[in-house]
Amino acid sequence: MIPELGYGAAIVALGLALWGAVAAALGERTGRPALLLSAQHAAVGVFVLVTACFALLTYAFLTFDFSVRYVATNTNLGTPFYYRITGVWGALEGSIILWTWMLALYTLIVILRHRESARELYPWVLTVMLGVLAFFLLVITVAAPPFARLSPVPADGRGLNPLLEDTGMITHPVALYLGFTGLTVPFAFAMAALCTGRVGDAWITMTRRWTIVAWYFLSLGLLIGGWWSYHVLGWGGYWAWDPVENAAFMPWLTATAFLHSVMIQERRRMLKLWNLALVILTFGLTLFGTFLTRSGVIASVHAFTQGTIGAFFLSFLALVMLSALGLLAWRWEALSAQGALDSVVSRESVFLLNNVMLVAAAFTVFFGTVFPLLSEALRGVKVSVGAPFFNQVNVPLFLGLIFLMGVGPLIAWRRATVDNLRRNFLGPVLTGVAAATFFFALGVRSALAVLTLALTVFVAATIALDFARATRARARLGEPLLPAMGGLLRRHNRRYGGFVVHLGILIIAVGVTGSQAWSVQTETTLDRGQSAALAGYRVRFEDLTASEESNHFKVAGTFTVSDGRVLGVLRPAKKFYPQEQSPIAYVDYRLGLREDIYLVLGDFARDGSRATVKFQVNRLVSWIWIGGLVLTAGAGLAILPETKRTA
Amino acid sequence: MSRRPWRWLIPLAALPVLALLAYGFRVDPRAIPSPLVGRPAPGFTLTAFDGTPLGLEAQRGRVVVLNFWASWCYPACYEEAPVLERSWRAYRDRGVLVVGVDIQDTVEAARKFMRDFGLSFPNAPDPTGKVSVDYGTYGVPETFFLDRRGRIRAKHVGALTDEVVRTHVERLLAEPAS
Amino acid sequence: MTGRRTRLTALVLAALLAGAARGAPAPARVVSESEVHEVAGGLRCVVCQNLSVADSPSEMARQMRAIVRERLEAGESPGEVVQYFVDRYGEWILLSPRRSGFNLLVWAAPLVAVAVGLAIVSVLVRRWARAPASSGTALPVDPAMRERIRRETEAER
Repeated sequence: MIPELGYGAAIVALGLALWGAVAAALGERTGRPALLLSAQHAAVGVFVLVTACFALLTYAFLTFDFSVRYVATNTNLGTPFYYRITGVWGALEGSIILWTWMLALYTLIVILRHRESARELYPWVLTVMLGVLAFFLLVITVAAPPFARLSPVPADGRGLNPLLEDTGMITHPVALYLGFTGLTVPFAFAMAALCTGRVGDAWITMTRRWTIVAWYFLSLGLLIGGWWSYHVLGWGGYWAWDPVENAAFMPWLTATAFLHSVMIQERRRMLKLWNLALVILTFGLTLFGTFLTRSGVIASVHAFTQGTIGAFFLSFLALVMLSALGLLAWRWEALSAQGALDSVVSRESVFLLNNVMLVAAAFTVFFGTVFPLLSEALRGVKVSVGAPFFNQVNVPLFLGLIFLMGVGPLIAWRRATVDNLRRNFLGPVLTGVAAATFFFALGVRSALAVLTLALTVFVAATIALDFARATRARARLGEPLLPAMGGLLRRHNRRYGGFVVHLGILIIAVGVTGSQAWSVQTETTLDRGQSAALAGYRVRFEDLTASEESNHFKVAGTFTVSDGRVLGVLRPAKKFYPQEQSPIAYVDYRLGLREDIYLVLGDFARDGSRATVKFQVNRLVSWIWIGGLVLTAGAGLAILPETKRTA
Repeated sequence: MSRRPWRWLIPLAALPVLALLAYGFRVDPRAIPSPLVGRPAPGFTLTAFDGTPLGLEAQRGRVVVLNFWASWCYPACYEEAPVLERSWRAYRDRGVLVVGVDIQDTVEAARKFMRDFGLSFPNAPDPTGKVSVDYGTYGVPETFFLDRRGRIRAKHVGALTDEVVRTHVERLLAEPAS
Repeated sequence: MTGRRTRLTALVLAALLAGAARGAPAPARVVSESEVHEVAGGLRCVVCQNLSVADSPSEMARQMRAIVRERLEAGESPGEVVQYFVDRYGEWILLSPRRSGFNLLVWAAPLVAVAVGLAIVSVLVRRWARAPASSGTALPVDPAMRERIRRETEAER
């Protein structure tokens, strides 16, 4: 009965979404407010119904309703309570429900916020949001029905993918999906601007903050994904350039480009066409991402499933891209206003360069991701494009971006004079050069590491310089130092939020550089009582224990870590799940600001006398997580409403 | 301002990308063709579970079905074990040799597997994984069909069926010895 | 084994892997961990989704690392070891496509993207910089917007 209710709710929601999309558009064309109101009610109805769907599926999970196929495949009687909840979105069908629910939530917030403030654009925004919702509801009802029955009803389910039994599973998909779905809002505004022909600045101002919100969640999702990869997958890394990671990274890159170029449009009323294109591209890339993860076209860690769903997503992607770009071409004349710059040397130019780099990076990642398909289609040869390729080609682009990150915020708008350049950059450049010398003297010989660190210091110096000057200016007006700083952050939260984000990225860059350049590892087989040494640490194999957990069997090694004195005990393990062919590695680690000690258990003798262990000392990885926190804090600061001037 | 008809090329530019993605439906990213098909089969010498040496060198002139398996490979290896045993019994008199190589396994578990299915054809463990890498295997089960001249003629990934074995073996048997 | 010793299920019996103990012949050449890592880092772990042989915790990858080490110790160059794997698995096993023939396309993509981008930007910027001094008055600006621009530019000094 419960599953049928859920299925029914999804069908009604689909009907409402379709009606709402049509009604909002009709309301706009005919000027009948009743239609618009009806669309609004439909959107609220969709939200309520999708919430019900979600709740019913969760209920089916909690009550072990194995008559529902999705429940039976993703849980079993041994699954702990917590993972029965996260299991709801642990696989394809449920993840789409979560996605749709978030989209419905965003639609609701858009209605609440913009019903009055964006009268002209609003109907079309509603049409687009409901249209996208209708597509996802179609997927739920037709292509991947989460409530499909299983007959005969099995006594027990198969169980959740063990890799997903992790706390990261609640936060990672939630944050990532909030980012992905959030990018629908800017897209809806862009479409509304194109449909109405009001391609001026109204849509941009309304869109900017929505984009930051989505960007914030997307960044958070990517970071948690990296953390999950680091502490669950047991390979010692945080980013593998897997197609799915790339799929989330590409819209992040183009959204970042948009957040920068939008500033030029706000100030100079230029780049209208470009900004619309970026928003369309970003949304297209989110759809491309869902297509990749759910079609099985490209092999990846997340290979959700195969079947008709890929065709659904591809058709929708085609519909969206062709109609959106078609609208863009249609409005071309209105969009292609002549731009005007006062000088080639100006912040505008730097931001354009930043856009070139970001979009080139996105293109590189995209092309690398689909290249195996291209190679097979044109040449009939299967090739792989993996981490070594992406690292090599993206590093120069990212270094360029870091450099621009230092130049952009301090170079003058309109026209940078020699004096402006000297005043703002002489100090930071010298600091950067000094840093390079310092690191070289310290014994850092990798040219890449020296360059990255020097650039990082350079950018940090520009930020410090700017902040110091602005604080001094306020302090001179009689404000005490700390309130002056706080006031700056609050009053110019957008500018300084951006700076904090930049700082976060610098810290991440240091972490990535350090972990790539200085991490060391060894793999040895130890007898009980024997030790392995690496980078000043000793790891002693003490013991091997076996235990039966609620839904798996676990073999854990006990290793004492010391650097002269004992630092602690690590217990890496292997977990054997009945539903999995191969054991799942369970890593153990000791995190540190300078380095992490990271142990992965390999083979072991059954009598516990001997074990193989992969022993890694990963340098500066913690900086990535710290930088991530700083970055999201900065994004949070930038989202806050701008405070009105009191004077 | 001109009419700029080329602007309509922008939406059209999406078409090749979409076409490429659609092409993706036709290919299986997990099906990797083996470059070894058509090439001489790599030689190996393993010690069979019964202690006798097992190699291919002495088997020239015979059609060989070389199967990679593991006792933990459920269900595919469990499905095909009876097929292999049936084929061995059906074809051994016609000069066909079935050889099993057990990879990434424990000896006890492998023996139990062989006992459970009553496997009577030669089987050997590959403790270092060298043979499986020499044959470019991705996992289990994978099966290679070798002709009388010792060349790999076909590779089958996944559980075998009687039909698959019959097709390949009959074709290779029909070929002249040299 | 000590501690909570429990019965090993048939599954675990099957899944436990043999061969932690294994003697190796004396090497002709001493090969460092980082050399093995370097070669293995470029090879795709065949049973994983997208990890290299160096990174994967899987048994197959461990065996492949041992093979890499053994071949290096026997005196093969890193290139020869890589070729050994390519001969058996095809180009697919290389995580970074070889820089030749058709694959040059993927290597050139970033360069082309940046070059095209820079070309477009430089043409546009120069064209725009030549345009009559802008100052934004050419377009009607609503008062609220002008106020906002004033406010924000003030913040920039």
